[in-house]
Amino acid sequence: MRNAFAAEVTAMAAEDPKLVLLSGDIGNRLFDKLRGGYPTQFMNCGVAEANMMGVAAGMALSGLRPIVYTITPFTTTRCLEQIRVDVAYHNAPVVIVGTGSGLSYASLGPTHHSLEDFAIFRAIPNIRVLTPYDAPSLRSVLREAVGSGVPTYIRIGKKGEQDLVPPESAVGIGKTAVARKGTDICILSVGTIGPEAIAAADTLSESHGISAEVVLVNTVKPLDEKLLAGLAARFKAIITIEEHSKSGGFGEHVSAFLAQNSIATPITCLGTGDKFMHSVGSQSYARTYFGIDAASVVAAAQDCLKMPAGVAS
Amino acid sequence: MPEAPIQSDIGSLEPIAQMLRYRIIKTSHESGTPHLGSCLSCTDLLVFFYWHILNINPADPSSPQRDRFLLSKGHAAPALFQVLAERGFFPRSDLDGYGEDGSLFGEHPPTPSALPGIEAATGSLGHGLPMGLGMALASRIADVPYSVYAVLSDGECNEGSVWEAALLAAAQGVSNLTVAVDYNKWQATGRSNEVLGLAPLAEKWQAFGWCVTEIDGHDFGQMADAVEKNKNDPRPKAIIANTIKGRGVSFMEDDNNWHYRIPTADEVKLSAQELGIEV
Repeated sequence: MRNAFAAEVTAMAAEDPKLVLLSGDIGNRLFDKLRGGYPTQFMNCGVAEANMMGVAAGMALSGLRPIVYTITPFTTTRCLEQIRVDVAYHNAPVVIVGTGSGLSYASLGPTHHSLEDFAIFRAIPNIRVLTPYDAPSLRSVLREAVGSGVPTYIRIGKKGEQDLVPPESAVGIGKTAVARKGTDICILSVGTIGPEAIAAADTLSESHGISAEVVLVNTVKPLDEKLLAGLAARFKAIITIEEHSKSGGFGEHVSAFLAQNSIATPITCLGTGDKFMHSVGSQSYARTYFGIDAASVVAAAQDCLKMPAGVAS
Repeated sequence: MPEAPIQSDIGSLEPIAQMLRYRIIKTSHESGTPHLGSCLSCTDLLVFFYWHILNINPADPSSPQRDRFLLSKGHAAPALFQVLAERGFFPRSDLDGYGEDGSLFGEHPPTPSALPGIEAATGSLGHGLPMGLGMALASRIADVPYSVYAVLSDGECNEGSVWEAALLAAAQGVSNLTVAVDYNKWQATGRSNEVLGLAPLAEKWQAFGWCVTEIDGHDFGQMADAVEKNKNDPRPKAIIANTIKGRGVSFMEDDNNWHYRIPTADEVKLSAQELGIEV
């Protein structure tokens, strides 16, 4: 996804002289084309993220369209107050991009994990939270986000992610793509965890006789309530899966919506638990460790179909 | 197009500053707004910038070519509000309900969208300079010429983000950015050179690659010289303005109780006498 990001930003910079990419001293060689072609539209702000976010807000308030880019914890929690005050409070059109989100950098340890960003951003006014699920999805929402003038946080993976739907099916902000059609349950998959949801749906269909629809979600905030109400009416149960803490995550948000609207469709939320992962390992290992892999979705699907309506776990 | 700065004669600035000091003190009494000492130490700096330096037009407060002024020490907003009103960004009568429920005027600046003339909603320290740096860089990137000025407090220089901004400004050679540090030697609960190791402050900015001038922050002539003599220097500029907290009223000067104290009606009267204001 980061290669798609660099390519798309370079293309956008060529079209819009107001676009500026601020990097926190990462992306060695990644932005060579941007730096070479449009040197005034790229700035390495060093390993100084608090300042970088304030600089971006100042640029945005002066008519530019800055994109801030670094590894997710450092472009979110490291400079959270600058995001809240300088970007969100000022409603400054800054696009914040976190790369290597969730457990993408599992092997680097919890300093480089990001499992609390949705929870934090959900409580900050003005700012939108986007979770593209593959490279075409990223290209689509990035372009729309920069053009919109709305403060936006985009959470992306690292590299090598497969396309989950045909590129021409990439949808805009707030819309969903269906990766698998189904009739029994709906798996709402947030961002880059999509392959686990799809693998689970295939297993459920092939081995368990359960027909699962996989809906790819690219927007965590604002929540598409109309879509949720429609899905809740269509399916026997909903499963949400996200590479994020269950606390304050997308699933909790969806659960609150269902409860507050007296919608009794059972829901199971898969996310990471209230713990740090002290061991290292691959992203796949980390997903299994936290119970957000395909096998966990399969188990959850079997369980939730046993539940009577109105009982959620 | 913005107007040229008023370029008031240096000699005419003192009476403006004294009058604004009186209004700041009176408003503090009436509204219960604190940070009087912090407001009075930087009043002269604000008057200098708003009446002698800034290329601004109160009738067109969002002109792209305007100079930007950021009160990075946002807790001195009571001083800034008086300055903006006197400069004509909004009628002075707007300040009548100062501090009342629903008022825009309180302890810190609101956002630019809420109040014309404000460039940044500061109040959390260490934010104004990075935002100002972004504005200064935007001038270069978008090729729209203007200058950016930020007033910081010495206590604010505790914040790491100030020094992050100082490093980037030096690396990028941001020559259209000027910082004035209101060096009144106090922060909320103690001497700023004792709470953290701030001194030697001028040398610190110099070591960070800035063009530094140290002045008496209550001497308008020295302020003008500091700006004039360095205007062609390619580096970002820092003016270390040695000031007195509570400047202008003998019983407030250098007494840190006035960081939070609210003056009584009698103290407002005494202040008027000392400032030479007829009430």
